[in-house]
Amino acid sequence: MKRALLPLIIFLVVVGFLFVGLNLDPREVPSPLVGKPAPAFSLPRLDNADKMISNKDMLGKVWLFNVWASWCGACRDEHHVLVALSKSGVVPIYGLDYKDTRLDALQWLAERGNPYVATAVDENGRVGIDYGVYGVPETYVIDKAGVIAYKQIGPITEAVLRDKILPLVKRLQIQ
Amino acid sequence: MIPEIGHFALILALIVALIQGVFPIIGATRGNVVWMGLAQPAARAQFLLVAVAFICLAYAFATMDYSVTYVASNSNSRLPLQYRIAAVWGGHEGSLLLWAVILSVWTVAVSFFSKHLPSAMRARILGVMGLISVGFLLFMLSVSNPFERLIPAAMDGRDLNPLLQDPGMVFHPPMLYMGYVGFSVAFAFAIAALLGGELDSAWARWSRPWTTLAWVFLTIGIMAGSNWAYYELGWGGWWFWDAVENASFMPWLVGTALMHSLAVTEKRGSFKAWTVLLAICAFSLSLLGTFLVRSGVLTSVHAFATDPRRGLFILAFLVLVIGGSLLLFAWRAPTVGRGGKFGVVSRESFLLANNVLLAVAAISVLFGTLYPLFLDALGLGKISVGPPYFDTVFAPLMAPALFLMGVGPIARWKQATLPELAMRLRWAFGISVATAVILPLLLGHWTPMIGLGLFLAFWIFATTANLVYQRLRGSDQSLMARIKSNSYSWWGMVIAHLGIAVFTLGVTVVKGFESEIAVRMSPGDVAHLAGFDFTFEGVTEIEGPNYSASRGHIRITKNGIERTLINPEKRLYHVQNMPMTEAGISPSVIHDLYASLGEPLDGGAWSVRIYHKPMVEWVWFGCLMMAFGGLLAISDRRYRLKSRTKPLPENATEIST
Amino acid sequence: MKLIFRVVTVCCLMLIANAWADEARPLHDDVAVEAQVQRLSEELRCLVCQNQTLADSHSELAEDLRQEIRVMATKGMSDQQITDYLVERYGDFVRYRPPLKSTTLLLWFGPFALLLGGGIGLFLMLRRRAKSAGNLPLSADEARKVNALLNEES
Repeated sequence: MKRALLPLIIFLVVVGFLFVGLNLDPREVPSPLVGKPAPAFSLPRLDNADKMISNKDMLGKVWLFNVWASWCGACRDEHHVLVALSKSGVVPIYGLDYKDTRLDALQWLAERGNPYVATAVDENGRVGIDYGVYGVPETYVIDKAGVIAYKQIGPITEAVLRDKILPLVKRLQIQ
Repeated sequence: MIPEIGHFALILALIVALIQGVFPIIGATRGNVVWMGLAQPAARAQFLLVAVAFICLAYAFATMDYSVTYVASNSNSRLPLQYRIAAVWGGHEGSLLLWAVILSVWTVAVSFFSKHLPSAMRARILGVMGLISVGFLLFMLSVSNPFERLIPAAMDGRDLNPLLQDPGMVFHPPMLYMGYVGFSVAFAFAIAALLGGELDSAWARWSRPWTTLAWVFLTIGIMAGSNWAYYELGWGGWWFWDAVENASFMPWLVGTALMHSLAVTEKRGSFKAWTVLLAICAFSLSLLGTFLVRSGVLTSVHAFATDPRRGLFILAFLVLVIGGSLLLFAWRAPTVGRGGKFGVVSRESFLLANNVLLAVAAISVLFGTLYPLFLDALGLGKISVGPPYFDTVFAPLMAPALFLMGVGPIARWKQATLPELAMRLRWAFGISVATAVILPLLLGHWTPMIGLGLFLAFWIFATTANLVYQRLRGSDQSLMARIKSNSYSWWGMVIAHLGIAVFTLGVTVVKGFESEIAVRMSPGDVAHLAGFDFTFEGVTEIEGPNYSASRGHIRITKNGIERTLINPEKRLYHVQNMPMTEAGISPSVIHDLYASLGEPLDGGAWSVRIYHKPMVEWVWFGCLMMAFGGLLAISDRRYRLKSRTKPLPENATEIST
Repeated sequence: MKLIFRVVTVCCLMLIANAWADEARPLHDDVAVEAQVQRLSEELRCLVCQNQTLADSHSELAEDLRQEIRVMATKGMSDQQITDYLVERYGDFVRYRPPLKSTTLLLWFGPFALLLGGGIGLFLMLRRRAKSAGNLPLSADEARKVNALLNEES
């Protein structure tokens, strides 16, 4: 009797995993950069092509790095959340304009509002690759020492902002 | 109106399936003849009802009824008729209906071809199949209704995925489902035997042709899918170890083990518990495959649109059916009894070894497919397990099984000796080793995998040829008479085993010796590969029924003599705005020459990939041989009921040679 | 004079011949680098079209990553270095060949351990079965008949 139960037991273990799997997203790729220093970059600014912006400029403060583009549909969904966040002044948001054209990007911000302190232009996507960007939008929470504390894959919803990002930002700002 | 009729037919079918599932099984336990007798008419009524539902859905597609959500999501007015019909099973809900139809086809077939079975067993078998039907019908009627209305109706449909607009779509899913679902018969036989306690060689004999027939369909279905991917996806690959490909391959592996195990149980009465477990596992893997495709738990190129509720339903169904049957197995298997004794070296032990190897292979494929899920669920990170893993692991696992294919058929039942076997196989061994070493050297390239593959393929060729020679020689009769004196079953085995050798040879040669180039071609340019010259003659723009295409013309010549013209295409399907490539292929027995268009470059030039695939058609021809061997085995005299002069008494078993 | 004439004629002929039947040029010029790019791309997973390799995917990210690999290959980086570069940014998910780590030991060795276990288990079971009692002795006549049946080899 005991040995004959083995197939059933193995089956139930597999079912357990499948059950847990129903709530997981197999397509999501978590970032290996969380807990590591944010990759260095030095890119031209969107508002002024002659001036450069670099990650070193943000050392000493907690900031959000939001990857967006004018051609990205989902970015529209999160934009009002970002604009409201920027007005609240809790944490500065810097943008990374990913594989876009200047004109389209500027027009997009003009139409929808600009939540960014400054936006870096990553025309060929190389900085995106350094940050492990595989879709747009994605957002990084970076601490005072320049270490990536969290990566949000996909648009930031009010729930995510309230439950994950704001508590984390407050914790990092106290450090 | 028609969709509502279809919907109603499904509801009625569910009620009939409930009757079919519940009463006969209880009736068999209690000896209630009336209740047992409900099984056959219920099975036939269910078939009619599900068929009506299917016809209604097909009608909705044929008449472009976009007030049905499913039709609107998977069809379009410019879609040609044959693909509108095939689109019935292009999405989740419709493919479930196909599942239900095919299950009812198998059920009604069993209800007709089961006169020789004891009535209690027949009642249980049809009852189990009825219960499975209940699950699928309930699933459709609750969370996956193909007849759901779209109000207001859409102006036009969203079109069938362009990748599916192909003859392969008409053929591959029905064949595959006939196989997948067909294992439910073997499953039902196993459960019936466990319930009734009659697990003997007669049970194995009755079960065997159904199992083999399902296996034949599954072989053809997998082969069709592989061939379709080859010419459709444009990169010359034919097997990707994708989650759903694995989901169809695992039942095949276990089904193969089951067929061989049934042979032993039929002839020698041994392996009974193991055979029953294999029958349960084969169908369980089919159901698991259904879960994997529709639950969103794994990513796959085949995955249907996912919904957690659906996943949960199927998981619950799996627990009931598989969990229930394994519980029944755990309870009843120890009472099953042993059967004939056999030595450590004997045909039985070789067949048992074959079973163990196939089972380990199937478990490994399952393991590799689910491992990313295991790690993710435990929070241990996210990995990918793809072809490099499976190729590395699977080949060494199958190699011993392929080797044993040469030894098993010549070993004696009950007791054989290794030295005697080695003596009889020494020539075959020598030939195989020699070919494995010399052939690659002649062709200019040797790796251990090529050597192993060639050795195994020629080993099976040589040992099978030797087997046939030994059987056919030394008699006064004519050759035809000698051939006829061996059963269809035996010849089926020979051809199926040769099919595996052909398959192995094809895989080894194509993977070991294929080559490709990626070139930029302007009209008039010539590329060279494998001794052939490919001249690009430019591209013409054409219009298809629902797409526009750039059609390339490539002339293939060798030493100035023209061989053929191939036409790779780059299509744009208008409705979904989706680009697609159609490869241009020149197939032959020795090799395929394969070209696909990449992107248009400046100045009328195109990027083109050209492939040389030696002996790739042997891969699919080997599968066809396997299927043919299976069909021969089923048509063996002992299954032909008409040739019976008197019916078998209820408890009789026969000793067969 | 004659020599110049011959040289000019040959050059003209070569030009004409080239204009009529051009050799197709490889898409990328460095064949060795391209072979490395192809080899690596076939073992890496596209993150956008997640059911295709980097080699087969047409998505923009796949094109960008292939280009990155090409740049790195041209610089002379080894397969391991290029793979590590991508894993640093995208994690192990990007590799279709799972790396050998503590979490994947079971994956890589499990099947072979199972094979070994299955083989040993089978052997032990066969031996136990063969030894178990229960054979009635046969008469000489019966023994002959049994041998004849067994030797039929069907």
